[in-house]
Amino acid sequence: MSTLEIRYVWEWPVRLTHWFNVISIIVLSVTGYYIGDPFVSVPSTSSYVMGWMRYLHFIFAYVFALSWIARLIWMFFGNRHARFLAFAPWASRDGWKNIIGTFCFYTFLRRKVPYAVGHNPLAAMAYSCVFILFLIQIVSGFALYGQFAPGGLWDGIFGSLLVTFGNQGLRLTHHLIMWLLIGFAIHHVYSAWLMDIKEKNGTLSSIFGGYKFIDPDEEN
Amino acid sequence: MHDPEKTLLEGSVSEEILQKWEARGVNRRDFLKFCSVMTASLALPATFMGQIAEAMEADNRPPVIWMEFQGCTGDTEAFLRANQPTAAEIILDYLSIDYHETIMAAAGHQDEAAKNATVEKYKGKYIAIVEGSIPMADGGVYCTVAGNSALNIAREVCGNAAATIAVGTCASYGGLPAAAPNPTGAVSVSEAVPGATVLNLPGCPLNAENLTAAIVHFLTFGKLPATDSFGRPKFAYGKRIHDNCERRAHFDAGQYAEGFGDAGHRQGWCLYKLGCKGPETFHNCPTIRYNEGSSWPVQAGHGCIGCSEPQFWDSMTPFYRRLPQVPGFGVEATADKIGLGLAAATAVAFGAHGVASALRKDDDSTVKRED
Repeated sequence: MSTLEIRYVWEWPVRLTHWFNVISIIVLSVTGYYIGDPFVSVPSTSSYVMGWMRYLHFIFAYVFALSWIARLIWMFFGNRHARFLAFAPWASRDGWKNIIGTFCFYTFLRRKVPYAVGHNPLAAMAYSCVFILFLIQIVSGFALYGQFAPGGLWDGIFGSLLVTFGNQGLRLTHHLIMWLLIGFAIHHVYSAWLMDIKEKNGTLSSIFGGYKFIDPDEEN
Repeated sequence: MHDPEKTLLEGSVSEEILQKWEARGVNRRDFLKFCSVMTASLALPATFMGQIAEAMEADNRPPVIWMEFQGCTGDTEAFLRANQPTAAEIILDYLSIDYHETIMAAAGHQDEAAKNATVEKYKGKYIAIVEGSIPMADGGVYCTVAGNSALNIAREVCGNAAATIAVGTCASYGGLPAAAPNPTGAVSVSEAVPGATVLNLPGCPLNAENLTAAIVHFLTFGKLPATDSFGRPKFAYGKRIHDNCERRAHFDAGQYAEGFGDAGHRQGWCLYKLGCKGPETFHNCPTIRYNEGSSWPVQAGHGCIGCSEPQFWDSMTPFYRRLPQVPGFGVEATADKIGLGLAAATAVAFGAHGVASALRKDDDSTVKRED
């Protein structure tokens, strides 16, 4: 084992959008679930529970959408771990080797996890899907939101989706994707923890500080 | 500057017109009420009242052909029973209804001849009204009138009309006959006759007030009112039921009836959790209401079922739940139950994976142990 190198892997825009996403997804899921199924009923008409839930949902919808756009822009300017290619491991031969290797590690067919400085290839593929799910969620959400003002801005941009997929179809999609994202979050936290133990390079702390401790010998 | 006196003057209806209507048996008060209700329904300023009264007076009675296909005559019923300021009287007196299967006196060859004569004589000038959807499957054999298919009749009559008004959800979007599995291949008028100028007035039944207003608009301005992306007039379908609902304050507060007859329901709380589709339905029910403005479903204590939306019935059922069924799952599986199951399964799977990973011996060759 040679000397560990300290590498700046996750630049600040990556970390910032990551944590904005975390907060947004938590707030949007809780308020969104309440909007779909108001599990608290209040005795007084002067309360404003649903009103606040919807208000928060709309505020964080904007936060989430802006975070998504910021991350998309960073795909062009970030380091090699933040760019488009990092999320398409299937595009290269090495990528394929690592996909298979990581798959074998997860299915207990291989003892040692293939070493990755940035995203491991399976995670990168999951993030590609999640990035698209985020987009569907943002688009369907703003299309539904736009219904309060027919002819307004959001109705003008996404109103045609209400014609194509129907009002209720969009609503159902919006609900189901929330659950997919909750499922993803469970997997994501677990896998990050697992890799923190197995890769031994500071995976968990890297999303807070951005640094990883890389063994140059292990890098392929 | 706004000048109330000028408004009054422009909006006034001339004595001459009022006297003519009195001679026809409609008293002036009723006629003025009719004109003001129409002006308000069309969301026009009060100054247009005089113009509307004059349009009703002009000698250009457009002939009307009212066709019934795959429908239940509910829209005819709704229209004939319209008596808010004697709307039916005024409109029925005014229009020349040359063909209407439910109310015409003629029968058989006689009425077919009347219809054909109108289409010939007033080509491009008459109004076609269609009630019910049009079956397309198997060459349109599932609905025929006088030996001709609904499809052929619609193509001929709507294709040659100045304007076509599709009344009710069936004619507007296919409605109940078009619900899955749609055995007759039922479609809306605008789908069956793509070239026709069609105004959709969905609703089950449509609100007669909106039909009257649409006709008055056509008579006053010589064209159909402005429509949204579903071909519905904006004056009647421009706002969501939810946004004009009298129970909206309870929705925002967080007060919901949980079951029919429970304490919340008796207090008039929001019907959201009973599956009310007001948040997904665009219609003027809360402001115009039905039957002389006496009531509408939500006021009567039942949630909206979204009857005037495209894809009603399929997308609005189950009526007592918020969301449609998830395709491929059973009746009892809601989106949230399936989602919760998915999340739980993920947690269990990764939990098991974690246990297995913890028990497995790692390659620790590079790790230095602390003493």
